[in-house]
Amino acid sequence: MTEKLLDVRNLEVTYHGKKLGKEGFKALKGVSIDIRPGETVGLVGESGCGKTTLGRAILGLAPVTGGELLFEGKDIAHANRAQRKEIARDMQVVFQDPFTSLNPSMSIEQILSEPLRAQGVSASEAQSRVRELLDAVALPSDAGQRRAKEFSGGQRQRIAIARALALNPKLIVADEPVSALDLSTSARVLDLFLEIQKRTGVAYLFISHDLAVVRHVSHRVAVMFGGEIVEWGNGDQVTSNPQHDYSKRLMMASPVPHPRLQAERRRQREALLAAQTQEAR
Amino acid sequence: MTTSLISMLQDPNQKERNLFFKVITNPVGAFSAGMVVVFALLAVFARWLMPYDPTVSDYNAISLDPTPAHIMGTDDLGHDIFSRMILGTQFTLSGALLCVTIALLVGCTLGLLAGYFGGLWDSIGNWLSNILQALPGLVVLLAAAAVLGNNLYLAMSIYGFLLSPAFFRLMFVTVRGVRNELYVDAARVSGLSDFAIITRHVLGVVRAPIVIQSGIVASIAISIQSGLQFLGFGSTDTISWGSLLMDGFANIWNHPVRLIWPSVGLALLLVSIVLFATTLRDELERAGTRIRKSTKKSLVSHRRTEAAEAPIVHIENDRVGEEILSIKNLEIGYLQGQGNYKVVVHDANLSINKGEVVGLVGESGSGKTQTALALLGLLPQGGTILGGTIEFEGVDLATIKSKEFDKLRGRRISYIPQEPMSNLDPSFTIGSQMVEPLRVVMGLSKVEAKARALELLGMVGLPNPEKTFRSYPHEISGGQAQRVLIAKALSCGPDLIIADEPTTALDVTIQAEILDVLRNLQKRTGVAILLVTHNFGVVADLCDRVAVMQNGRVIESGGIYDIFDNAQHSYTRELLGAILDENGPAREAYELEVKAGN
Repeated sequence: MTEKLLDVRNLEVTYHGKKLGKEGFKALKGVSIDIRPGETVGLVGESGCGKTTLGRAILGLAPVTGGELLFEGKDIAHANRAQRKEIARDMQVVFQDPFTSLNPSMSIEQILSEPLRAQGVSASEAQSRVRELLDAVALPSDAGQRRAKEFSGGQRQRIAIARALALNPKLIVADEPVSALDLSTSARVLDLFLEIQKRTGVAYLFISHDLAVVRHVSHRVAVMFGGEIVEWGNGDQVTSNPQHDYSKRLMMASPVPHPRLQAERRRQREALLAAQTQEAR
Repeated sequence: MTTSLISMLQDPNQKERNLFFKVITNPVGAFSAGMVVVFALLAVFARWLMPYDPTVSDYNAISLDPTPAHIMGTDDLGHDIFSRMILGTQFTLSGALLCVTIALLVGCTLGLLAGYFGGLWDSIGNWLSNILQALPGLVVLLAAAAVLGNNLYLAMSIYGFLLSPAFFRLMFVTVRGVRNELYVDAARVSGLSDFAIITRHVLGVVRAPIVIQSGIVASIAISIQSGLQFLGFGSTDTISWGSLLMDGFANIWNHPVRLIWPSVGLALLLVSIVLFATTLRDELERAGTRIRKSTKKSLVSHRRTEAAEAPIVHIENDRVGEEILSIKNLEIGYLQGQGNYKVVVHDANLSINKGEVVGLVGESGSGKTQTALALLGLLPQGGTILGGTIEFEGVDLATIKSKEFDKLRGRRISYIPQEPMSNLDPSFTIGSQMVEPLRVVMGLSKVEAKARALELLGMVGLPNPEKTFRSYPHEISGGQAQRVLIAKALSCGPDLIIADEPTTALDVTIQAEILDVLRNLQKRTGVAILLVTHNFGVVADLCDRVAVMQNGRVIESGGIYDIFDNAQHSYTRELLGAILDENGPAREAYELEVKAGN
């Protein structure tokens, strides 16, 4: 059980501009991370730090320009279409925006059966699997005939999760899956993630900008900054007692939902910033 | 496998029938579709419908004006014009069809390849399309006629190529847009082939714009074809509306009526084609929205339920300052189709004193943003204040005229929006966007306004105000843009600032900085702030008092400690309970969980 499901070694992603001779933008500068079966690895950082790019590179949606990407021991960094189709059975995705990640003109049943049919599952089998999936994410079984736009944000995210679960994957990359949702909805969706993991043993790469969310769901946490992982380790450790300067700033910046505690947090943050600028001098 | 999959899932027959039915029941659709069908039938059955042989001259009936025997008259050679009109339909329509088909095939195929695969296809497609667009169409056609012979079908084929960029551009842009949609990414992750992704996800989106473009291209083709014949292009034996037009024009002084028939024919055909394409497009697009309307209605009935619990107002004895804003029983509704209102805010009550920071908290759909917009007199189209009062320093904002509102908005009440970038005009510098309101509202001179703008930019903690002043919005970061907007909101020395989720679009570290700026400025200027947010952390950081909204009602309000330590309403407690406490227990370590699992 301690074998690595996914092993990312020195991964580099460079986006090349259209102009010749101009050096591309290095979104990932040698990132190393690993995920074990059934484990949740949290990935925190601010916008533009490369956390989404890492997720997309693992899914084969971003151009890998260096390093290795081992999934169950096989290098998938440069997998072709046929190999990707193989991997699709084991690796799925839940995107941030539940409004654009579901095709508005398709019914829920069509959306959910798409990955099944792509893998050659028969129509009748797909249909019964769709009912199971709707049940697994606590949506009414008549939801299949309706279209995505008839559902609220939280329900749409449940549909996206159901689509990711369709093929019983071993890994789900969840890219900010709750940040577009309301507070109480997001709590319920997070619980659904945890419950599914307990039941199916799927591993998550859980990408979020919110430390509290990541702390709640992750076994291990990586903090990204400027295309690199600056801190990586036990989830409790990283989110409550961070060591790297940036992780500390990140933690101190997230407001605590209580006025007295937040006033204290603010003082700590001011002290930290003062100390860090002193050090920089 | 893919095709069977699509047919299985989509049941195209049913869809087509619905679409046909929808077009026919629409009056414009019925008229235009009818006309197009009539013209098509005329073309197909011309041989049997013509009363005379249009190529046989009747020397007893030369140059007649309309008579019962020849309802459109005859030409100089004694040909029946009505028969020639009918036969002309054949050529006019087939020429246009040929041209559109070629343009569609070439343009759409290239556009699809270039938009979907990019790279080399993108370069080839755009290069070709640019060259074709640079060629002067008529000149090319005339040159081709000189080299390849005077054949109108050949000319229309060449013109089809020349028109293909119209489809290429459209297809390219639309496909590239769809390609970046997350649902296409999800399909790729699921292992769908490119062919399956194109047929399932891409074609559905591009068909509507392509339909309307086809209508337009067909009309261009028909006009050009008639124009070419009018110029004497093509064999004189070819009977078409263009040649009739030329004949009519040659006899405009002696037989003006001859010009009318081809002109009316052309006008009717062009109008019908374009209207038909438009209706078809509208009905294709509408397929989804009808369902949406019906679900909204069901939501209305849900939302109209009475409040489950009475609103809770904590008694606050320690409030200082005089009241600046008082909202009483505010009700906001949106006009629905059948003249009834969908109420989004029921019975909202809120009070703000001078110098207070009040948080208005709620989830999406709770009515918090609607309330804020009503305070600014900026409710979107259809939104109306149905009842209640909004008293701001003795004036009822719910009933005043929009001109009087202009005197308050931006002067006494200002606004900090959620999306900093979309609230700055990309084509002006930050400086000019700050100076303009200062000059208009405050009546400052140019020099004074600049000095004040720089002072404000310094106040919001921008390290180099001069540089920011000269920058364009795209040259600064999101956090800096929000600072600029805060400076703008402060520029007229307002009494009340409405801040609608001012930090939601920002990173946490930037959010903390912006909250610092807001707190410091509020202390310095003593301005009252209504902070609309869903984030209790932000509320805890900044606010003195809190009002919680749910389903259009303020369900609990009180001092910040009343709410955080002593919430009474079940919904407030539920919200506070849903917050993930970062000091709470983290997840158990993986090794422990695995052991427990085994």
